[in-house]
Amino acid sequence: MRIGVFVCQCGTNIAGTVDTEAVARRAMEYADVVYATSYVYTCSEPGQQEIQRRIKEMNLQGVVVAACSPRMHEPTFRRAVERAGLNRYMFEMANIREHVSWISTDKEANTRKAMELVHMAVAKLRFNQPLFSSKVPINKRVLIIGAGVAGIQAALDCSDGGLDVVLVEKNPSIGGKMAQLDKTFPTIDCSSCILGPKMVDISQKENVTLHACSEVESVSGYVGNFKVQIRKKATYVNWNACTGCGECVRKCPSRKAPDPFNEHLATARAINIPFPQAIPKKAAINRDYCLHFTKGKCGVCKKICPVNAIDYDMQDELVSEEVGAIIVATGFDLFDHSVYGEYGGGRYPDVISGLQYERILSASGPFGGHIRRPSNGREPRDIVFIACVGSRDASVGRPYCSGVCCMYIAKQAILTRDHLPDSNCYVFYMDIRSPGKNYDEFVRRAQEEYGVQYIRGRVGKIYPRGDRMVVQGADTLLGIQVEVEADLVVLATGVEASAGAGELAEKLRISYDQYGFYMESHPKLRPVETNTAGVFLAGACQGPKDIPASVAQGSAAAAKVQALFARDAIETDPQVALVNERTCVGCLKCIMVCPFGAIQSKTLRDGSIKAEVLASVCQGCGLCNATCPPKAIQLQHATDNQILAELNILCA
Amino acid sequence: MPVELKPKKTTVAYYQGCSLEQMASEFDVSTRVVCDALGVELVEIPDWSCCGSTPAHSYDPLLSAALSGRNLAIAEQQGFDVVMTPCPGCLKALKGALKVFKDPNKREAFLEILQMPFQGNIQAVSNLQLYFETIGTEAIRNRVTKPLTSLSIVPYYGCLISRPPDFMQFDDPENPISMDRILEALGASVPEFPFKTECCGATYGVTRNEIVGKLTGRILDMANRVGAQAIAVSCPLCQQNLDLRQAQVNRYWRRDFHMPVLYISQFMGLAFGVEPESLGIDKLFVEADSLLDILSREGERDQSVGGKMA
Repeated sequence: MRIGVFVCQCGTNIAGTVDTEAVARRAMEYADVVYATSYVYTCSEPGQQEIQRRIKEMNLQGVVVAACSPRMHEPTFRRAVERAGLNRYMFEMANIREHVSWISTDKEANTRKAMELVHMAVAKLRFNQPLFSSKVPINKRVLIIGAGVAGIQAALDCSDGGLDVVLVEKNPSIGGKMAQLDKTFPTIDCSSCILGPKMVDISQKENVTLHACSEVESVSGYVGNFKVQIRKKATYVNWNACTGCGECVRKCPSRKAPDPFNEHLATARAINIPFPQAIPKKAAINRDYCLHFTKGKCGVCKKICPVNAIDYDMQDELVSEEVGAIIVATGFDLFDHSVYGEYGGGRYPDVISGLQYERILSASGPFGGHIRRPSNGREPRDIVFIACVGSRDASVGRPYCSGVCCMYIAKQAILTRDHLPDSNCYVFYMDIRSPGKNYDEFVRRAQEEYGVQYIRGRVGKIYPRGDRMVVQGADTLLGIQVEVEADLVVLATGVEASAGAGELAEKLRISYDQYGFYMESHPKLRPVETNTAGVFLAGACQGPKDIPASVAQGSAAAAKVQALFARDAIETDPQVALVNERTCVGCLKCIMVCPFGAIQSKTLRDGSIKAEVLASVCQGCGLCNATCPPKAIQLQHATDNQILAELNILCA
Repeated sequence: MPVELKPKKTTVAYYQGCSLEQMASEFDVSTRVVCDALGVELVEIPDWSCCGSTPAHSYDPLLSAALSGRNLAIAEQQGFDVVMTPCPGCLKALKGALKVFKDPNKREAFLEILQMPFQGNIQAVSNLQLYFETIGTEAIRNRVTKPLTSLSIVPYYGCLISRPPDFMQFDDPENPISMDRILEALGASVPEFPFKTECCGATYGVTRNEIVGKLTGRILDMANRVGAQAIAVSCPLCQQNLDLRQAQVNRYWRRDFHMPVLYISQFMGLAFGVEPESLGIDKLFVEADSLLDILSREGERDQSVGGKMA
């Protein structure tokens, strides 16, 4: 084989701590290498042209580029060699940036390691074979998990593009956290008035299948051809019949069921419709509180339902859906405000979370939109807001900024002053973070027009005095300790990853960071993709976000899906397992270890049993390769011979 | 060859420290009585020495570690795996020594100074940790013969008992509840006390006692507001500031607090039916006679009720 080696300097990124010229000179000594050079930016257009020119001039049959991580530029260089007439798999990449130049300043050692990595790549390349992908058709349906504003936007955009959409929501209604909000910053428009029409659209689109009260049970398959099992949880109400008239809710005698939509400031009936604008507007029974299930009697709802929709024998149902792409839009949870023992959230009824206050402000909330203290129902006069509760605090494991709290406090303070002009609002803050369009102006208005008093400093303690709360903190601008007596304290609870985020990530085989937020494929350049082809992200499941950003990402994810579906077929990755039938003994151990069900047995004409890989299902993990006793099953592009060739160099 | 003492399961090494020999001797006396009543044998560490207190660790943490390391090493030689101390300052010093020992960068210097064999297989706990985690509130409740039913008591934890959290590894750092639960087990009513971890001013009592006057006054005021008849503490310095300096606080605030401040072990002793004299209650500066009166009246009433029923 005639091999060419291109050692990238990456400006000074590599050349600063690796002698790239020396690496190239040494490469000339390796077997089969006929050309080696060092180049300043190999990935640039002239850099790629240089590779292509040399392939033609020197009749190169294989190319090694020693540069950065293959994650970003392996596809770039594969295309480059392909354009010069080589098979794209006659290319190898040695990572001498992330694995060498960026992690050590010892130039001599770095250069030595870079030489070894290049040598390994050359040794492997000598065993490379041209590989060819096949085409499989794309199932042009999309699954969207989570129907908050990001998922709704993604669903509507996909639907408008003519795609069949399967929308899964774990709660009884779509709408997510935005449905719980009263108004939105910085325009103070009514949250349900702007979200409501979108929710109604979802219910009216013929190409959107909505599964509410449902969760994704399992996911198999691959981009273009996913198979998804969805668990539809038993609601004990036949939703095909239920008209959402609410008669059952009014007559239900069990009034102490939790009301998560109102953030537990109120209680709900055991059979309930979460809120007036719910989509779908259907009742569901909470069996932990239903007298039929707990005491074995009652049955009022069953008797009263005009359409006979109550079904106490309903079971969870598993539904299978086949889709070609998945958008994950599972949103976020709020930080648990009882974690700060010194604030007494959860112990003192008048110390509440930001979302609880949102429900208090809402006309559909527990107090009909009148601001009242949860303890005694009286109107508060002095209200204190505390920023960064569960944000920017490493001691509670939340060192990141939640991004939305500064804004929602300003909004809530403005609304408070609107509702109760005689009230006094105080905000304790660390810094004000308001970088959006018209955001800082909005905070200014809270301070200047609405007279909200901003105090820069942390609160150390909240305690009751009489029936009021004393907020004790620091004013770091005045350098003094301050105490504010308040009737109501709102903790601006931060954003954290949704409770089941990790579990779902494992089903989808996508990664998440140490806080549970899903990892995008590249923090700047691939913010919507995951590292699993065909799985995209939208909204706060990827990191704290406000509504405009969530909507934008929802649309972006929908655009990505439509770009994927613009083709009728996708090329499969040929880096999959392949069985050598002459050596396969038909033990079928490979079938047992394959996590993807990608191997089946077949009987040849002579009656012998052999394993057979379904190339379109295989993910190239290599488990079968490691398990196979006679080594008959080999992972293409990472065969035993190729790995051994690399190891021989490393251990030489 | 030295005889190896193999202590029983309910036997722990006891390190009372200097405070409990002098100012806080009633803490020592009552702790011993209560542990005895709960079936825990306290074995005083033979030839124990001072932990060095604040001066040692503010001068050189290694000095502090070595001073406490000696006491730990003796206890370990005696075959103990737990040493209990009621004084949070001493506990901090003992735990500090273990922390230094476990730090690979400091271990060598520590052992060099110590000049004694030391494996570090010993654990340092507070009296509260022993009562709350090892013995448990259920066992304490079962031992009660004279429940403190008619008393309203607030627990005051101070700064050190649960903090810093990673270091002390006991109870909630901002809202500790161990003493609350113990007092409830004794039958007392325990109002929510928001100032249970507010600073008492600590050693400023010596150098700038107006600070202690101000801070301690707030704590006493809050105890009063929530309707407490007495405060329970578990730290000699807290007790000193709240009790000994209560007269100074009264002068500073022009108030007339008369709030008895007892060690948790003294309350436990009373509930276990131990005579007040055996618990050192006569040593308090703010007399607890009012409490004792309430308790004895309650006892009489119970008897008379019992008499009628018989």
